[in-house]
Amino acid sequence: MLVLSGVAVIIIGFALGVNPLLVTVLAALASGLASGQGVGATVAALGHAFVHDDFIAIGWLVLPVIGLLESRGLRERVRLLVARRAGVRVGRLLVSYLAVRQVSAAIGLSAIGGQAQSVRPVLAPMVEAAAETAGPLDASARPRLRAWAAATDNIGLFFGEDVFLAMGAVLLMRGMLLQAGVAADPWRLSLWAVPVAVFAFLAHAARLLRRDRR
Amino acid sequence: MIGTQWACALTGAMFAGFALLHLFGRFDRARWRSAAFWGVYAVLLMVGPYLPDLLDGSLVLVMVGLAAIGLRPGRIGDEDARRRRDSARRLRGRLLVPALLVPLLAGLFSLLLRPLRWQGRALVDPAQVTLVALSLACIIALVAAMWLTRRPRYALLLMRRHQRLPHQMLAPLVEGRRLADAMGWAAVLPQMLAALGAVFVACGVGEAVSRLAAGVLPEAAPGLALLAYGLGMVALTIVTGNAFAAFPVMTAGIGLPLVVGRYGGDPVAMSSLGMLAGYCGTLLTPMAATFNIVPVALLGLPSRWSVIRVQAPTGAAVLVFILILMQCVVYRSAT
Repeated sequence: MLVLSGVAVIIIGFALGVNPLLVTVLAALASGLASGQGVGATVAALGHAFVHDDFIAIGWLVLPVIGLLESRGLRERVRLLVARRAGVRVGRLLVSYLAVRQVSAAIGLSAIGGQAQSVRPVLAPMVEAAAETAGPLDASARPRLRAWAAATDNIGLFFGEDVFLAMGAVLLMRGMLLQAGVAADPWRLSLWAVPVAVFAFLAHAARLLRRDRR
Repeated sequence: MIGTQWACALTGAMFAGFALLHLFGRFDRARWRSAAFWGVYAVLLMVGPYLPDLLDGSLVLVMVGLAAIGLRPGRIGDEDARRRRDSARRLRGRLLVPALLVPLLAGLFSLLLRPLRWQGRALVDPAQVTLVALSLACIIALVAAMWLTRRPRYALLLMRRHQRLPHQMLAPLVEGRRLADAMGWAAVLPQMLAALGAVFVACGVGEAVSRLAAGVLPEAAPGLALLAYGLGMVALTIVTGNAFAAFPVMTAGIGLPLVVGRYGGDPVAMSSLGMLAGYCGTLLTPMAATFNIVPVALLGLPSRWSVIRVQAPTGAAVLVFILILMQCVVYRSAT
């Protein structure tokens, strides 16, 4: 039970607002020490795991592209494009993005979209410009609109990708069940993702459209 | 088989470039902090897998120490808004092309690369096709962006000759560094949390959680066991930030022995819906840094919870739907 001390460190650390990077390392140390490994072994285990999760960093290869385009006025351009069409509603814009994101993830194109690739340079400025066509924005409205854009990207991705047969989640489930002696057809695994995807779309779209009416 | 090693090394080289820009591009006393942070990260990405684990771990601690003291990104002009507007007017639609190339090429490449075979084996590691496709797309889009946004010739003629080439070639690195600095340590957090998940699994945190749950559950309550499986997926995902980390633990701890073994539930419907319940947890936790913390840094949002607050109602509604659907189908479809 002592190994759960790491979980406690996470909860307390996040609640207190300590630097998350520091909380993470402290949690790893706490659980490692509680499980009876020494400090050296725990640090080595952390280093090993960190280095072998390096594929996560690859997404940052997009930074020079986006940075360069932004410095040459990408966000201004996007804003201009939207601002020209009066009457674009924020909610409706995000509903169409949600649909595109879910469908593309469901056919295996989960790399379409993403916080650095599309939310910051394109979607967020679009949403802000759409809101501005209805009148000037106050200071607190801007971050809220951006948060809606980020959230919509996440929801579209999560409840789209599981429908795709070769997705990591489906492969992981299949592997896990195979170890337990159950030969699961990938088709049946992704079948259950469909009603959930439809419900997630309806629920989020309803919230977005209700936002428009306010 | 082509994997992601080359792309990781390239990403490392990019961060090394950011570190060098900090070191040679600014003259305040705090520059060493950011330079060291990105520099150590670059080393870990480029040669980390070849170094001893203990050294890797110590370098990780150095990075975390620097982040905890506080990185001091140098101020670079966000004030040239007018120049950006002029440039937007000049380049017009050309600006959008590379931005759209990234997702389109990534999608196209992942479709094209997946079926390729070389000497009877997959040419690209099937588990990493998306990442390989994304890195290729980024490289091509960068070349396109540099070419499409190149300065007009007269602007170059105004510069001294020895300034022209570096000005053109370094621009992506300078601007990429600006974005990396805007995120700061948040850029490293997803990888660090994934590492924490691995350490948790190695220490047996999952087993402790499922033992805790199994001890509490009453006998002969199939519905409750299923509910515990679903909510356990959510809770463990909230703690680890990753439904993939929660899935093996909960499935081995509660799902297979109780729901399937004792009460005869359908393992396929159970796992599929359980994983999706975990995804609802991902929407609710700051531990899922890629999705919930990185955008806070990227978009300059006021609070760590800004994105989560927006997601929570949708996540909760979907979760309730999943839990009800589970009760309806898991025990029925097996018989």
